[in-house]
Amino acid sequence: MTVMEQRGAYRPSPPPAWQPRTDPAPLLPDAEPYRVLGTEAAGKADPDLLRRLYAQLVRGRRYNTQATALTKQGRLAVYPSSTGQEACEVAAALVLEERDWLFPSYRDTLAVVARGVDPVETLTLLRGDWHNGYDPHAHRVAPLSTPLATQLPHAVGLAHAARLKGDDVVALAMVGDGGTSEGDFHEALNFAAVWQAPVVFLVQNNGFAISVPLAKQTAAPSLAHKAVGYGMPGRLVDGNDAAAVHEVLGDAVRHARAGGGPTLVEAVTYRIEAHTNADDATRYRGDAEVEAWRAHDPIRLLEQELTTRGLLDEPGVEAARQDAEEMAADLRERMNQEPELDPMALFDHVYAETTAQLREQRALLRAELEAEQERNDAQEGGAR
Amino acid sequence: MTTVAVKPATMAQALTRAMRDAMAADPTVHVLGEDVGTLGGVFRVTDGLAKEFGEDRCTDTPLAEAGILGTAVGMAMYGLRPVVEMQFDAFAYPAFEQLISHVSRMRNRTRGRMPLPITVRVPYGGGIGGVEHHSDSSEAYYMATPGLHVVTPATVADAYGLLREAIASDDPVVFLEPKRLYWSKDTWDPEHPADVEPIGRAVVRRTGRDATLITYGPSVPVCLEAAEAAQAEGWDLEVVDLRSLVPFDDETVCAAVRRTGRAVVVHEATGFGGPGGEIAARITERCFHHLEAPVLRVAGFDIPYPPPMLERHHLPGVDRILDAVARLQWEAEG
Repeated sequence: MTVMEQRGAYRPSPPPAWQPRTDPAPLLPDAEPYRVLGTEAAGKADPDLLRRLYAQLVRGRRYNTQATALTKQGRLAVYPSSTGQEACEVAAALVLEERDWLFPSYRDTLAVVARGVDPVETLTLLRGDWHNGYDPHAHRVAPLSTPLATQLPHAVGLAHAARLKGDDVVALAMVGDGGTSEGDFHEALNFAAVWQAPVVFLVQNNGFAISVPLAKQTAAPSLAHKAVGYGMPGRLVDGNDAAAVHEVLGDAVRHARAGGGPTLVEAVTYRIEAHTNADDATRYRGDAEVEAWRAHDPIRLLEQELTTRGLLDEPGVEAARQDAEEMAADLRERMNQEPELDPMALFDHVYAETTAQLREQRALLRAELEAEQERNDAQEGGAR
Repeated sequence: MTTVAVKPATMAQALTRAMRDAMAADPTVHVLGEDVGTLGGVFRVTDGLAKEFGEDRCTDTPLAEAGILGTAVGMAMYGLRPVVEMQFDAFAYPAFEQLISHVSRMRNRTRGRMPLPITVRVPYGGGIGGVEHHSDSSEAYYMATPGLHVVTPATVADAYGLLREAIASDDPVVFLEPKRLYWSKDTWDPEHPADVEPIGRAVVRRTGRDATLITYGPSVPVCLEAAEAAQAEGWDLEVVDLRSLVPFDDETVCAAVRRTGRAVVVHEATGFGGPGGEIAARITERCFHHLEAPVLRVAGFDIPYPPPMLERHHLPGVDRILDAVARLQWEAEG
């Protein structure tokens, strides 16, 4: 007994009863990534959905190879490929209703295209003729976000606003494994859970943040486990199993739409290509690892399932291939046209109303352009 | 003729009234930030808003400035008009990436398709005896970011008018509130706020013939005091209150400088790389042949903001302003 207690001046009372605020058990992800293809669950999958996913995966792969080829031809400034990750990209687009919103990162142009945005408009950022090519409101797709994880709080705010307005709109936000280390990832998940915002966070764990492997990124049991700390469910899924990704994301979207709040989904996949065309992946990983993942290819997995069940035959494969080739040919042709550039447009959308200072600078650029034109005209005249 | 007595109001009350009136007029206006709800903000500037409009309209957020501004971006994307409060100048820094990488650029990035009408309220400046991180003048960072408007009131009436304008603006506005003027009073009638001028207009607070003091926010009353004191020295000083740092009102500033031929820029922010350098350059470029002396700057020293017991040595005061006026090469005249 302390002196204070002996004097009777201090009588400790027990602290108020402590209770965990949320039972963590139901929030925990499965021990293994959830799979459908090649398991009993595949039998319950909708054949039409599987065929749709297949057609989109084939298109998606062709889109990736075409975009990569366009960088080699100098038609794109840079292309971060999602080859090997098509199941995640396609499923993310397909689970959403028209009224929902998609928040992509720079590697998610395929998801944007699968949502129905013109590929040329989607690739505007990577071609470099403007920072964004499509109308976000027309497609309910936010601009591709380059600063990692910064798009996640946007998705939360939009979903929160929709809920306040009474609209049953869901936002699906995409981020990579590297992005989960950013502060905005933490803040977005925390806000989403506190506000019970209708958001689905899709983390594509493709193994690398440029060159840095996941082991140097986190010590968490899995990225999906991070959900528990925020008080939202975490789901772990095989990111190369299109049927599984579609099912898990679909569940999360329905859960959010029904007022159940956010979900964090970790899709385990692999970035088959280097970070971008400017990266050299041989400096940080071996061929054997890449080959092991090539064997677990999302298109092959789905093709096996469909052919085994008699849902896809040789003409079906050929039809999908043909459709993808047509898409690629159209993309190639349109990307080979020079984009229309208007330097004067640089000043048009800095503010709603152009400031006096920008009007002066616009006049300066106009004079420079006119002088340039005169010089060119004079040179052409001299050449004649 | 009867005179209706108007009770004096503080700048803080005028700011509250501006948000209240904006929220009443437009259901898309939402206030969010740390402690803005039940408490009414650490400076009580959001006092009563949660009670009147509900917590969905005036929301206590988790303690995370990037999250506050980042979610405000999403809310604006969905058609709301968020007014976010950063609790103190130096606590706004975690939100910098959202502000610079998204808020300021979204209109430009989307060719005008996705404007972000967000008001970011930031209490700023020193003179309140705050401990470290509570007294920064961070306006130069915001000014250097294209796509943002940067506005700061110096009077009770302007606090109301400029905040209403900021909230109504379709562009993002960084609204800098001089904290040491929160409790400044004026006989301002909230029922009859004076006609609100659009953002981007400076105002001459005091006319004078000999030299022009160009200032904004918390330094406006200091400059007016200096102008009064200067009369004893035989100088008649003009005082320009910029009100808006971006857009910058070259017209009003240059007209005021041309009238006197001498100019001193006064602000709390550090001099090196501070707003005064830009302002002095603009004056020199436009009014060179009207100038009798180089444009001088009276600014905070180029030091980290000092501890409260030493801040009076850092902040531009009447004496330092008058010393600068004295250095405007008067001997060269006549």
